[in-house]
Parts: sequence; C-alpha cells; structure tokens
Amino acid sequence: MKKLVVALVAAALAPVAAAQNVKIGVVTFLSGPAAAPFGVPAKNAAEFVVEALNAGKGPAPYTKRGFGGAAIEVVMLDEAGSTTTQVTEFRNLVQRANVDLVIGYVSSGNCLAIAPVAEELKKLVNFFDCGTPRIFEDGSYEYVFRTSPTATMDSVGAALYVKDAKPGVKSIAGINQNYAWGQDSWGDFELAMKMLVPSVETKTSQMPKLFAGQYNAEISALMSAKPDVIHSSFWNGDLEALILQGGPRGLMKQSLTILTTGETAMHKLGAQIPDGTVLGARGPFGPYAPNNAYNKWFHGGYVGKYKEEPNYASYQMAQAFLGVKLAWEKAQDASGGKRPTNEQVAAALKGSTFEGPGGTVRMAIGKGHQAIMETAYGQTRMAGGKLTVVNVKRYPAEQVNPPEGVKSSDWIKSGFKAK
Amino acid sequence: MNQLLSVGVDGVIYSAWLFTAALGLTLIYGVMKIVNVTHGSFYALGAYAGASITGAWLARGYPPMLSYAVLLGSALLVTLVVAPLIERAILRFMYAKDEVVILLITYALFLILEDVIKLVWGVNPYFIAEPYALLGSFSVAGLAYPTYNLILVALALVAGLGLAWILHSTRVGKLLLAVIHDPEISRAMGINVDRYYLVTFTFGSLLAALAGAYTAPTVSVVPGLGVEIIVLSFAVVVIGGLGSLPGAALGAVIVGVVRSLSVHYMPQVELFVIYFVMAMVLAFRPRGLFSLAEPRRI
Repeated sequence: MKKLVVALVAAALAPVAAAQNVKIGVVTFLSGPAAAPFGVPAKNAAEFVVEALNAGKGPAPYTKRGFGGAAIEVVMLDEAGSTTTQVTEFRNLVQRANVDLVIGYVSSGNCLAIAPVAEELKKLVNFFDCGTPRIFEDGSYEYVFRTSPTATMDSVGAALYVKDAKPGVKSIAGINQNYAWGQDSWGDFELAMKMLVPSVETKTSQMPKLFAGQYNAEISALMSAKPDVIHSSFWNGDLEALILQGGPRGLMKQSLTILTTGETAMHKLGAQIPDGTVLGARGPFGPYAPNNAYNKWFHGGYVGKYKEEPNYASYQMAQAFLGVKLAWEKAQDASGGKRPTNEQVAAALKGSTFEGPGGTVRMAIGKGHQAIMETAYGQTRMAGGKLTVVNVKRYPAEQVNPPEGVKSSDWIKSGFKAK
Repeated sequence: MNQLLSVGVDGVIYSAWLFTAALGLTLIYGVMKIVNVTHGSFYALGAYAGASITGAWLARGYPPMLSYAVLLGSALLVTLVVAPLIERAILRFMYAKDEVVILLITYALFLILEDVIKLVWGVNPYFIAEPYALLGSFSVAGLAYPTYNLILVALALVAGLGLAWILHSTRVGKLLLAVIHDPEISRAMGINVDRYYLVTFTFGSLLAALAGAYTAPTVSVVPGLGVEIIVLSFAVVVIGGLGSLPGAALGAVIVGVVRSLSVHYMPQVELFVIYFVMAMVLAFRPRGLFSLAEPRRI
C-alpha cells in the first residue's frame, strides 16, 4: 500500500519534474554522408555525456546532476537537408518544442544561416563543430557561441607542422573539395605557408567535386607535380577514398601528406594509412587529447558504452555540453539558485574558460563567443598492429588563432602578428 | 609527353568505370523508355553487397584471389533479389503512364532504397582494400597504377561488347530489338514483351550493381554513394544519346578524357567541364551524338 502511494505521488509529480528539465535541442547529421564521420559519433557523445551528467557522474566541477540539478532532456534532430530546412527545423525546435537551448551543427553553411535566426528568437545556440571563422568575424551576436576552434587553426597548425617536420620545404600542392570548406582550408594553408616560407612554390591545387569518389587523375597530377608536401582537408568517404587510392600508388610516400581531418579515418582504415602520413584532429582531440581527468572520464566511458574510439566530433560535442553546463550553473548560482534565463547563461558563457576532455577551452575571441584551444599534429606509425601517431607537435592557442578583433585572413596576411 | 600518357591512362580508367555504370541506364531507357533513377540505388546496393560479402569472405581467411569472383557473385545476388521484385511489384503497373510519371516513381524508389540501405547496413562505412592492392601495380610514364584498374577496363569491354553481341548476333537480341522498335507489334507477333522488360530491367540493374561492386575496393562505401553516379551516368548517356550503346561508349570516353585533361592542365575548371561538354553537345544535337530519327507513329 505504501509503495502504491509513493508511486501515485511520483506519477502526480512527474509532469512538474518534466517541466523542470532542461530541454536541449541537439542537431547533428543522423543521415547522409556526414553522419558516419561526424554526426553519429557526436550523437553518441551527446548521449553518453547526458546520461553521465543526469546520473551526477561527471568529473569535478561537472558533478552536479544534469544542469544545476535539473535533468537534461534531449530533443535530437537530423541536420541532413537544405539550409532552408535547417532554419525551419530550428524555428520548430524553439517555438514548438520549446527547447531551452540548442547545441549542434556540423555544416558551416548551416551555422551561418542559424546564427541570425537564433539572435532573432533570442535562443542560446552553441555550435559544436562547424569550422568557418566568418560567424563571429562578419557578425556580432549575444546568443550565439562556438566552443570549438575555427578552421583557421587547422590550416595554420598544418603549415607550422610542415615547417617543423620538413625544414627546407620548397613546394606544396593541395587536393581539397570544391566548396567553401575545401577552398577556405586550402586558401588559409597556402597563405600561411607563403608567410612562413616565402620561397615556397605551389605546384598544383586540385579541387574535385564534393563526394566525387574517384581520384585516379588527381593522384596522377599530384604525383607528376612531385611537391614536397600535399595538403588535404578531405573528409568522410572522400578522405577514405583518397587514402585507399593514393596509398597503393605511393602518394603518401612520395610527398609528406597532411590530412587535416585524418583522425576520423584513423580507427577505420588503420593499416591502409601509410606510415608518415600527417593526421590532424581539428584540435587536441582523439590521439592528441591530454591525459587529464576529463579525457579519462569521457574516453573511458565512450569506449565502454560504444566499443569504439571517439573521434574529434565526439570530443567537440562533449566539450560543448560541459561549457554550457558550467555557464548554466554559474548563472543559476548568481541568480540565487533560480533557473537562469538565456541572457544570464550567455553572460556567464561569454569570455569563460573551462576544462574538457580536449584540455583548456577559452572563449577568448569573437567578443567572448568563440573558443580558442591549442592544436596538435602527428605522423602515423603502425606499431603492434595498431595505428599510432608519433612526432606529435603541439601549438599553443595564441600561435594558431588570431587575436581578438582581427580577421583570420588579415592575421595570416600580417605574418601572424599579435594585435 | 609523359603527362599526356598519364592523361590517357587516367582517362581510360575513368571512362571504363563510367561506361560500366552508365551502360545499364541506357539499355533500360532504350528498351523500356524509362529514365531509371533507381540505377544509382543498384550501384550502391552492388557496392554494399560487394563490400560486406567480400569483407566477410576475406575475414574468414578464404583465398583473396577469389575475392574478385565474390564481388561478381555479390552483385548477382543483390540484383536477382531486388530488381525482379521492383519490376514485378511496381514498375510493370506503370508502363502505360507518361515517361515523366515513371521517372518520378523511380526517383521515389531511389529515396526508399537509400533508406533501406541504411536500415540494412547502417551509416558506418564499409571497406575492402585488399582486392585493390592484391594484383600489384604497373607503371606508365613513371607513375604507378594498381593493376586492379585493368579489371575495371576489362569489365567495361566485356559488358559493352557482350551486350552488342547479344543485341546483334543472337535470336534473343533480335527479338529485343523488335521490342525496342515497337512493343505493340512485337506483342502482336507473339513476343512475350513483359518477360523482355523483366529481363532487361534485371540485366540493366545488374550492370549498375557490377559497377558498384567492383568500385567498392577503391572507395569507402557510405550512404549517398548512388547519388553522384546517377548524375554522371545521365551526363554520359545524354551526351551519347539516350538508349544508344555506342553513344554511351563515346559519351564515357569524352567525359573521361575531358575530365582527365582538365585535372592535369586546368584543375580549376574540372567541376564544370563535364557539364560544359554536355551543354555544348545538347546545343548542337539536342538528342545526343548518336540519336536516331524516330518514326512517326501516326
């Protein structure tokens, strides 16, 4: 009888408890070509982190249950589809699903489209992965944040690594996808190389169509040009096809090949990636993650739950949740324990510094809305049947990110001058 | 000179791959007058079946040299299960409808099959790298090319010449030509047109699945694989003339060589050059290079 009464009371209180949940819209690719390398690993990370935080099992200072004691409730949404669809879906999330905030978006195009809408609807959005620096360089927002570094860091870090790993480099070449990501990545890398090594010559820049899949001709052109270094920001099946088709032809042996998102293929392709290939992880993630308590918690928990390695998209999603959680709780404490408003959370997140599985994240640029982190690159080596990274070099956040108020392209053109 | 040689080799490899993929599309259009968007799905199904079945074969330690036969078997298996099902259960009820309606139906089927693929294989990529590197390499103009590429060229030659032989030198082929020319008269003459439609759709789909299966060792098999190929295949058959076998061959060679030339000499126009060629051909020959005059029905 006592149990029945308890159950009835619990059932009666359930709607009240549910109303107190923090409802978070999580948007990432669940279908389409970006699902496998980014979307699903990010979704898995979101599920693991939410489960752990709701159980109060995060590492200090993330030990409080959910967000400030309120359970997190996730509304998961597929990012696949046109930008127009994403804007409509975002409005639905805010106005119909009544989410408290949104964490998501892999595509830079989607981020650029969502940012002004978030501002219009006064809804806090944290972009977890998209790379374009234009969001906070071309716009100014109160409700929009990005807790991951921009693509500029990847390209500048790659150029610094090339200079360190191949002193006396004379020529470079690129193979990048023919859309904003590929063109910007190559443009920044080429410019950064010319600043670091003014005499460097660009042999060829291949820009095949996104998801072209067949790269025999491009590989021939690259091999005929015989550059010292090849840069590629390929991702997903294109990245894997380049490795599968270029490896047997000796592309990575002939030229030092730097794959800025190569970490996403590392655990899948393993032995197919020739030794000496330079892999990036868009920050200190995956094999470059520090040996801190947050990484032990995240990596161990993720591998335990999914029986596979988390990739950089997983790390970025995890730190997106942790950054917002800390800001939420800071804002809640400042308002005397009351549920904070989006404005209060935004004020707390702006300019903040927090620790995550990838190390220290500082919301240092974009008027405190854009994160900077250190980055790292290393070269592959097969050891004991497992692909590892060696010759790892780390670059401090200030060395690979522009200072506050300076556009990425201007910063590179200035020869990486501090403000 | 060396660069021209590698342009030629790259062009031939790309053309062969494209021709095998596009051949079935032009065959199905030629016989059934269906612009078959599900062709891309069969390419993807072939790739998934090839990657998963051959992957399982290799994982069990069976002879790697037989993996090429397993790729063939995988394409056959998946086509013989799916193609007759689609033709008998859906398409045969639509033949009386307008070509545009059938195109929309095949597009809907394409979208459904994309989701079916995700349901069966998930969204994670499949790889089978062994068959690509197993045969070693040959060298042209100082550049190494995996010998596997010659299998793609051989597959294109066998598919193209085999189909031409069937059409022009066998009784079945001659009856099929009669069906192509006029299904109504053929039916009146006692030819089982429905059976020819079933066989044509299955064989055309098999060619797409074969292209997919033999491409699988060179790529990462991921969702959306069928989208790119259907666009390129349409470009090839439109350049050559819808329904024309020599047209598809010439279209594939033009696209392959032009693309290879642009990659080597003007990479900045690679994205646009294939469609520029297509636009030029259509501007001067709106029905493609090998279009035939059509008899007036009334």
